[in-house]
Amino acid sequence: MRTDLFFLICLVVGGAVFAAAIALGNDYYFFAGYVVLQYVVLSTAWNILGGYCGYVNFGSAAFFALGAYSTVAMHKLAPVPIPVLVVIGGLVSGVVGFGMGYLTLRLRGAFFAIATLALAVVLQTLIVNWDFVGGSRGAYIVRPEAIAPFGSYIKYLFLIMMLLAVGAITVARLIERSRLGYGFATIRDDELAAEACGVPTLTLKLIATTISGGLMGMAGAPFPYYIGFLQPSSAFGLDYAVNSIAMPLIGGTTSWVGPLIGAILLGSLQQIATVTISSAVNLLIVGFLLVGFVIVAPNGIVGLVDAYVRRRVGQVGRRHVKADAPKPTPGHAP
Amino acid sequence: MIFSFDLLINAIVSGILIGAFYAAVTAGVSISFGILDIVNIAHPAFIILGSYIAYIINITFGLDPILTSIVVTPAFYALGAGIYQIYYVSFEKRGQESLRGLAFFFGLLFITEVTLVLYFGVDYRYVEAPYIGPTLHFAFLDIPLRILVPSLVSLLLIAVLQLLLTRTFVGRAIMAVAQDQYALKLMAVDPIRIKRIAFGISIATASLAGAFLIIIQPVEPSVGREYIGRVFAICVLGGMGSLPGTVIAAMLVGVVESLTSTFYGPSWAPAVSFGFLLLTLAVRPAGLLGR
Repeated sequence: MRTDLFFLICLVVGGAVFAAAIALGNDYYFFAGYVVLQYVVLSTAWNILGGYCGYVNFGSAAFFALGAYSTVAMHKLAPVPIPVLVVIGGLVSGVVGFGMGYLTLRLRGAFFAIATLALAVVLQTLIVNWDFVGGSRGAYIVRPEAIAPFGSYIKYLFLIMMLLAVGAITVARLIERSRLGYGFATIRDDELAAEACGVPTLTLKLIATTISGGLMGMAGAPFPYYIGFLQPSSAFGLDYAVNSIAMPLIGGTTSWVGPLIGAILLGSLQQIATVTISSAVNLLIVGFLLVGFVIVAPNGIVGLVDAYVRRRVGQVGRRHVKADAPKPTPGHAP
Repeated sequence: MIFSFDLLINAIVSGILIGAFYAAVTAGVSISFGILDIVNIAHPAFIILGSYIAYIINITFGLDPILTSIVVTPAFYALGAGIYQIYYVSFEKRGQESLRGLAFFFGLLFITEVTLVLYFGVDYRYVEAPYIGPTLHFAFLDIPLRILVPSLVSLLLIAVLQLLLTRTFVGRAIMAVAQDQYALKLMAVDPIRIKRIAFGISIATASLAGAFLIIIQPVEPSVGREYIGRVFAICVLGGMGSLPGTVIAAMLVGVVESLTSTFYGPSWAPAVSFGFLLLTLAVRPAGLLGR
């Protein structure tokens, strides 16, 4: 399918969801839907680096918070419309992603993962000490009651996040099917071999980190308007970090479908669980699902569906494919 | 700010003492990450678990936290061995440790933390012991016993671990498994068994480090997160798996952190270890005493 056609279809689906939410006539659906869409963007962004290149980013919350805090800073300096803020947030996070990548990606993958973990702590330290954006006290962003064609403001925010989600998914799919995506896949499968074949691995990894970080920042930019009161502990919440890893891994990391499925399933589940049980318990559920899936179903829901389809087809004649696969030698991993 | 000599000396001494404690916290990671190449980012969570066990035993039976932690090391060893077995079967054997193995440990970290929050809440907990409270005074130098005692026991722990790694058969096998596990197999030693033992030892140190932590400062479940950046920074700076390097690096980080919090304010201290980590990775990835 061509990319522009795919983009159109996504837009139509997004528009249909928006129309359905209006038809339900309750603003709660917009508030809940916004969070789910935000996770769609975050997990798709994570997957561009994590799923396609195989580099784990534990600092999603940091990139998200960077976007949110660049909005707070802009709000103080010069109030601009949210779409502009989204671009600014994306730029700031993208630049930080690039810098992080430049310092750590030349080494083994584990170092990058650890550096991202530490990055979240350090950025939080900086924000807590930076009085201009509220410091540890937090910052108020007064959300206007209404905006011209949409009625309530949350509908406007929902629409922006919907567009971002459609954009993120289209970008992810485009990457997947381009030279860039094949380059990413070589890094994931065997970086040393890729390097030896002349794949410019460092450049590719830096591109992935920048795009991924930028998208996360974009997801964070409208957040202060959504929450109304932003404080470091909510912007750097551990739930962003764990969800943006858990969702792609539960959905499946090899294509754009996985993070989408994971985010919609897990995001909705959490919205329901937060209302009915408690927010701590639902995070525990996410933790167990994450550990369970990586052990039992390494390729996520998409992998399970694939295996099921293959089994059905296999009854016609391709059964030997899996059984004959050579057993990997213990501990001889790259 | 007026430069004060007393303040400087006090900051350096307390930095060295805290550094010795950091070395104990990092020892487990030096074994798992440095020697075995297992990126156990859940290690700080196990340390917090150790703190809470010391806390529970301390408030119910009034037992000394360090003694308690030594008594429960076999349980932590078993926990570590069990986790390694799952990790080996699910990830190392399939060659998926880089992405899914990391996510697995991240999940463990998360589950441990949230479970502790659900049981104990986010209140700070602390323990009682005779050496918590009194302070030694030498002229202008103040050394609180609650820091001195854990530091000395930490150094003892590192010494014991170093002897274990260099003087015993199992220890030498652990060092060997890091170099070439196929060669080890040819010597009729099961590398998986050795790695399981090593990982068990690494988690067992978390029990002791947890007790030290709750003696030094009050603990709540998310305190462990501050230690993730710190332990890995120290481990990398020390040279991945070298215990003497770990001690030097830990003291260096301790002193710089202590100076930062004395002269710039404690809220800046967490940035120090990150700076060290980035600097080490950029300038000398092999660390101070790299192998």
